[in-house]
Amino acid sequence: METKEYTVPYTAKDFKSDQYVRWCPGCGDYAVLNTLQKVMADLGVAPHNTSVISGIGCSSRLPYYISGYGFHTIHGRGAAVATGVKVANPKLSVWQITGDGDCLAIGGNHFIHSVRRNIDINVLLFNNQIYGLTKGQYSPTTKKGYVTKSSPFGTVERPFRPAELTFGARGTFFARLLDVDLKNSQVAMLAAARHKGTSVVECLVNCVIFNDGAHNYLAEKETRTDRLIMLEHGKTMIFGKEGNKGLVLDGFNLKVVTIGEKGVTEKDILVHDAACDDTTLQMKLALMEGPDMPIAVGVIRDVVEETYDSAVEKQIADVQAKSKIKTFDDLIATCEQWEM
Amino acid sequence: MENKKTTELDNVVVRFSGDSGDGMQLTGTLFSNLSAILGNEISTFPDYPSEIRAPLGTLGGVSGFQVHLGSSKIYTPGDDADVLVAMNPAALKVNSKSIKKGGIIIFDTDSFEKSDLNKAEFKTDNPFDELSLSETTQLIPAPLSSLTQSSLEGFGFDNKTVLRSKNMFALGLICWLFNRPIDQAIHFLENKFGKKPDLLHANVKVLTDGFNYGHNLHLTVSTFLVEKSHETPKGSYTSISGNKATAWGLIAASKKAGLELFLGSYPITPATDIMHELALRKDLGVKVVQAEDEIAGITSAIGASFAGDLAATSTSGPGLALKSEGIGLAVMAELPLVIVDVMRGGPSTGLPTKTEQTDLLQALYGRNGESPVVVMAASTPADCFHFAFMASKIALEHMTPVILLTDAFIGNGTSLWKLPKLAELAEINPNYAKPGMEGYNVSSRDEQTKVRYWTIPGTRDFGHRNGGLEKDYYTGAISSDPANHQKMVDTREQKINNISQFLPDVKIEGNADADLLVIGWGGTHGHLMSAVNSMNKKGNKVALAHFNYINPLPKNSVEVIQRYKKVIVCELNSGQFATYLRSKVPAVEFLQHNKVQGQPFTVAELEECFGKLLK
Repeated sequence: METKEYTVPYTAKDFKSDQYVRWCPGCGDYAVLNTLQKVMADLGVAPHNTSVISGIGCSSRLPYYISGYGFHTIHGRGAAVATGVKVANPKLSVWQITGDGDCLAIGGNHFIHSVRRNIDINVLLFNNQIYGLTKGQYSPTTKKGYVTKSSPFGTVERPFRPAELTFGARGTFFARLLDVDLKNSQVAMLAAARHKGTSVVECLVNCVIFNDGAHNYLAEKETRTDRLIMLEHGKTMIFGKEGNKGLVLDGFNLKVVTIGEKGVTEKDILVHDAACDDTTLQMKLALMEGPDMPIAVGVIRDVVEETYDSAVEKQIADVQAKSKIKTFDDLIATCEQWEM
Repeated sequence: MENKKTTELDNVVVRFSGDSGDGMQLTGTLFSNLSAILGNEISTFPDYPSEIRAPLGTLGGVSGFQVHLGSSKIYTPGDDADVLVAMNPAALKVNSKSIKKGGIIIFDTDSFEKSDLNKAEFKTDNPFDELSLSETTQLIPAPLSSLTQSSLEGFGFDNKTVLRSKNMFALGLICWLFNRPIDQAIHFLENKFGKKPDLLHANVKVLTDGFNYGHNLHLTVSTFLVEKSHETPKGSYTSISGNKATAWGLIAASKKAGLELFLGSYPITPATDIMHELALRKDLGVKVVQAEDEIAGITSAIGASFAGDLAATSTSGPGLALKSEGIGLAVMAELPLVIVDVMRGGPSTGLPTKTEQTDLLQALYGRNGESPVVVMAASTPADCFHFAFMASKIALEHMTPVILLTDAFIGNGTSLWKLPKLAELAEINPNYAKPGMEGYNVSSRDEQTKVRYWTIPGTRDFGHRNGGLEKDYYTGAISSDPANHQKMVDTREQKINNISQFLPDVKIEGNADADLLVIGWGGTHGHLMSAVNSMNKKGNKVALAHFNYINPLPKNSVEVIQRYKKVIVCELNSGQFATYLRSKVPAVEFLQHNKVQGQPFTVAELEECFGKLLK
């Protein structure tokens, strides 16, 4: 029984359960968990009104570590379970915790349909590009050619890019964060929580055991600021150690320029529009790869559309306002009936 | 003209048959409803092809609707037809083996041209001789198409629209043949076409002309009358299909339990009407998610159950297979959930529109691990209401998934239903954790019944983590301790077995002092009861024990079965319930009568089978 006396405003501690966290030492999931607990506190929704749903995999153990109501379900089906939770009880703040295998392989169908419906849940997609809990097989996001236990000669598969899949399913929100990049992670995750609709947050996490260093290109501290760009709505797309690199359009493509060189000024740099309905530029930003381009983190897309759960509620209210059937007995009275 | 002979019948079977687009389902429904209003017992069964619109006039496109009317209690839609309405040669051919000797065939002569006969693959010009029906049946030829055309002359409809009304001409004729005033049929048409006055006027005109045509031309030597039934308990009745009754049973249970109803489902024949019915009931607050697949159907329902709704999923055999892992999760998470399986012919896609009882062992055992669930079965279209209600009650009060088996036969068929009032139904008290309960965790349970306490997200102080991993019996934390796993397996089994204490005893119907005990379950009750009654009328001593609760079995089951020397289990599969009973009552020798043809039993075949055993 959780009889914590909550302090309002909440602190991250209010969202910690009594369970011992059992990920491998050094796992990137710890950082995301800590960020999540901070974000939940900032969000201000009480733990008992918070519901965390997961499927199967390393990351899917997360609900055990959050106080409030958690449900560790079956492989791939977290999105469908979360859909049921949110439709049944729209007042809850619902989080879905999933991994690249759980979400994009076995759960691919549920993922695209929850995104398409725009059900108001926050999806944290832990992408470590590997299957951890089954001990090291390639996943739908593993880079082509990568050697794993199930691809001893390198995978021959083309990987998914989660942003592309989200946009293809008509997603209204997509953000990306890097496990070790705590400050930016918190901004992105809080925006996801505040977005009404399916918020997909791709969390780049490191698996120290089976795929150590998969995100090292980005994670290494000395080079990170040159290789990563934090996108924020309404702000110019500037990055780099010196804060003098920026993104501009070059025909239909993006290009990195240096402010102060070749007559480039800050005014030439693109301003990020996450709220733009058209995904074209957001897609370009989401798919940027090194070494020529920085990798984008932060909120890439955040547009307003009616959510599935509110549409369900609204339709029920509309029909109830018009229908003469108010009770079960009223329904029975509508039958063509006769005395015998 | 008025001194025309009228023959009284105790019961009669009428089958309407034509192309899928001929409106046979509507015609049959109207006829059965107006007969019920006049006081008859009714039972109906639609028999439609899985093709939506097969090529016109072909054997694959024949759609039928059978109505059984009685002046005494009737249990089935009947075996063979006393009257067949055949809109074309294909309909005649498909039904030729199920017309009684001396039966009447009304057929549309306009649709029996050479080309029509070819489409139905007749080899000669005389289909009746070819099917050996000329001698054994009374043929009533009537040019239904051209009569309908002349009836609607001057209405300004195109020919296609005109011909769509020929089913009403047939209905008029049948009303005349059975001395049914057409006022009631007209009333039904007003309800159906009230918003389209042109169509209403046209259909009423054709119906009336059909009636008068029969009346004026004396098409038969005698007309027939099926008197009011006096065996039906007094009350208000309607005619309801099993799928609609199932949907309404779930609604009633949700209201009684004070919970919202949630259905997660994916379209599948022959179960989809349950979803259609519930999707209509937004006025009663029902939430329906048409999921992306069967798995999302059940897992969204599990999510809704976790969040505090009465949650259900509806499906048929292939869908139940896909839901297995989800059911296992509900077993492990000990959440209330109703899974309705409207059984059809299998395996695989099988016979999607036909009936079978072949999912029983799948329902009982089709999951990984030791995974006991409640399995129950409805036996008539109308009692689908009661059993859907009871499935919900058991799920909520015992915190378990419940599989309710119905089938295509009772799901699509209709029977008389005495209208209930919510206040008359049993109370439903979900096993909630009590406010202020000390030391609550996700595994906290009533030590007597082993039923876990339910707490709903949004409730302060009861936060918990549920899931598919084994839990510690005492703390609810995840555990792979060997002895604890054994304890939890045993606990989950005890919880289910304990439910038998709450179930009604299995009844003995027919002659309790019998030489032969017939055992059935689910949708075969009507045929078994009819056969048993008929055998007993002929001086035999036969009893029927029909099961609606299968896991657990009612607590008197073993004692009842052991009372009889000769026991036969009759079911529409290869012996699944018999196999199950052998595991529960090993001392008894269970004989079997099985049929797996996608069709219900016939009373005649059952009587033949019982007769042989009693010799």
